[in-house]
Amino acid sequence: MPSVVAVRRYIKPSLFLACLLPVILLLLHAFNIGGTLGTNPVEMIQDTMGQWGLRMLIITLAVTPLRDWFNAPWLIMLRRMLGLFGFFYVLMHFLTWLILDQDLYWPGILTDVAKRPFITIGFAALLMLIPLAVTSTNRMMRRLGKRWKTLHRLIYPIALLGVWHYWWQVKADIREPLLYLSIVAVLLAWRVWKKWRSSARRRAAPAVARTPGGATD
Amino acid sequence: MLIRRPQPGDCAGIQPSEITDEQVYLDRRNLLRAALAMGVAGLGTAWPAGAVSGGAPLNAKRNPAFHVSDPPNSYDDITTYNNYYEFGTDKSSPAANSDRFKPTPWTVTVSGAAERTGKFALEDLLKPHALEERVYRMRCVEAWSLVIPWVGVPLGEVLKTFKPTANAKYVAFKTVLRPSEMPGQTVNVLQWPYVEGLRIDEAMNPLALLAVGLYGKTLPNQNGAPLRLVTPWKYGFKGIKSIVEIHFTEKQPPTSWNISAPDEYGFYANVNPHVDHPRWSQARERKIGSGLFASKVPTLMFNGYEQEVAGLYRGMDLAKNF
Repeated sequence: MPSVVAVRRYIKPSLFLACLLPVILLLLHAFNIGGTLGTNPVEMIQDTMGQWGLRMLIITLAVTPLRDWFNAPWLIMLRRMLGLFGFFYVLMHFLTWLILDQDLYWPGILTDVAKRPFITIGFAALLMLIPLAVTSTNRMMRRLGKRWKTLHRLIYPIALLGVWHYWWQVKADIREPLLYLSIVAVLLAWRVWKKWRSSARRRAAPAVARTPGGATD
Repeated sequence: MLIRRPQPGDCAGIQPSEITDEQVYLDRRNLLRAALAMGVAGLGTAWPAGAVSGGAPLNAKRNPAFHVSDPPNSYDDITTYNNYYEFGTDKSSPAANSDRFKPTPWTVTVSGAAERTGKFALEDLLKPHALEERVYRMRCVEAWSLVIPWVGVPLGEVLKTFKPTANAKYVAFKTVLRPSEMPGQTVNVLQWPYVEGLRIDEAMNPLALLAVGLYGKTLPNQNGAPLRLVTPWKYGFKGIKSIVEIHFTEKQPPTSWNISAPDEYGFYANVNPHVDHPRWSQARERKIGSGLFASKVPTLMFNGYEQEVAGLYRGMDLAKNF
């Protein structure tokens, strides 16, 4: 297991750069360096941002299970950064849609958010991400105490809304959204199973002292 | 793409189709050799019998009656941004995955309510007609659009040669089924082979085109080689590609996207800014090639071909018959 110092000095900065890679590539391609944005650049930017938003959120959701499966508690130190990058990409996806796709054409934007279920769903997920991003600081964690964890369980419905949003906008080829759904399903099912198992254990052996922080995630 | 580089469509004076493609120019000796090998058989007809893949020059006359004010998209735009699920579902898949497809030789089977039916070689189908170039708008159901200089023959003129009977109320088309050459057909995202259809009066409308080329050359595989339908007043998915069957029928034929999602894609699929797709608006469209910061433009009724086709649908509820 890497030391806290190693995580802070090397792993986190490397992860930060890795998470920025999709946006760096888009920027380079915008100037035709190492590639192009293709025939429909707006669509390319919007899709890339949305895809990475969803991927980052799913990776964030995978941190706790991975920690348990591989007995790597240090992974938790990376979770906030991953979650914030998820928010960043989802926000950029939204802003690309708002500015480049819709050209800030408000009548169209408001109608779409209200009338198009897949846009409504995506917008709802974005709104739900805002309180999570705002309360991601150490100070807010301390201030909210136990409620912080409850609040941040919002990531479960957010991930599902994200997959649904993607699923609903594809025309016929559902293979990729199906893959994301399967991963999210596994990650959520694992949490349910863990909770069920620990409560079953508690019922079976009520005399045994509970381990602190058992199955609360 | 932030800085728009000069593209073929930009030059005001020279038509892009008048410029010889660099590859064709470099390949001129091979072309001459191929022409010689074919002997005189190839002379005199517009369709090069020996053409093996997209990009062989065609002898087509521009039809000035079919023209749009916007400049055509670049050859690159038209041939790299395609929906042709037989070669994969990404826009870039058809260009990337279609090189194994063999569009020659090509036979079309004609059947159903017509006097002259049977199998026809593509050359024979085209022989009686002069190829013409027409610049059409193309509006995809996904709310983007292109301007394409097609080469082809009016569909109605070809259909008339089969002498459809009074029972021919509709005409159905079928795409070739070749999973070994079309990797997308091994995935069940749609029912294969792709099928489409038109009402016979729609098919006979002078706008309907059977295209064999674009930019003065035979169709590249990713654009539906060697023979495809172009109905510019309808969403792009009506333009069935690599056609191997034409069937005249009394009943409205099934169509692929309608089978896949009947509440989203109708039989008519006329471009209509007032009837939205259930999941997105059809009021505006992105013009491909207009750059990163260009606004979407309003979509026109029947994609701007109202004058030519509105009569076909008089008295019909277009929200119901979408």
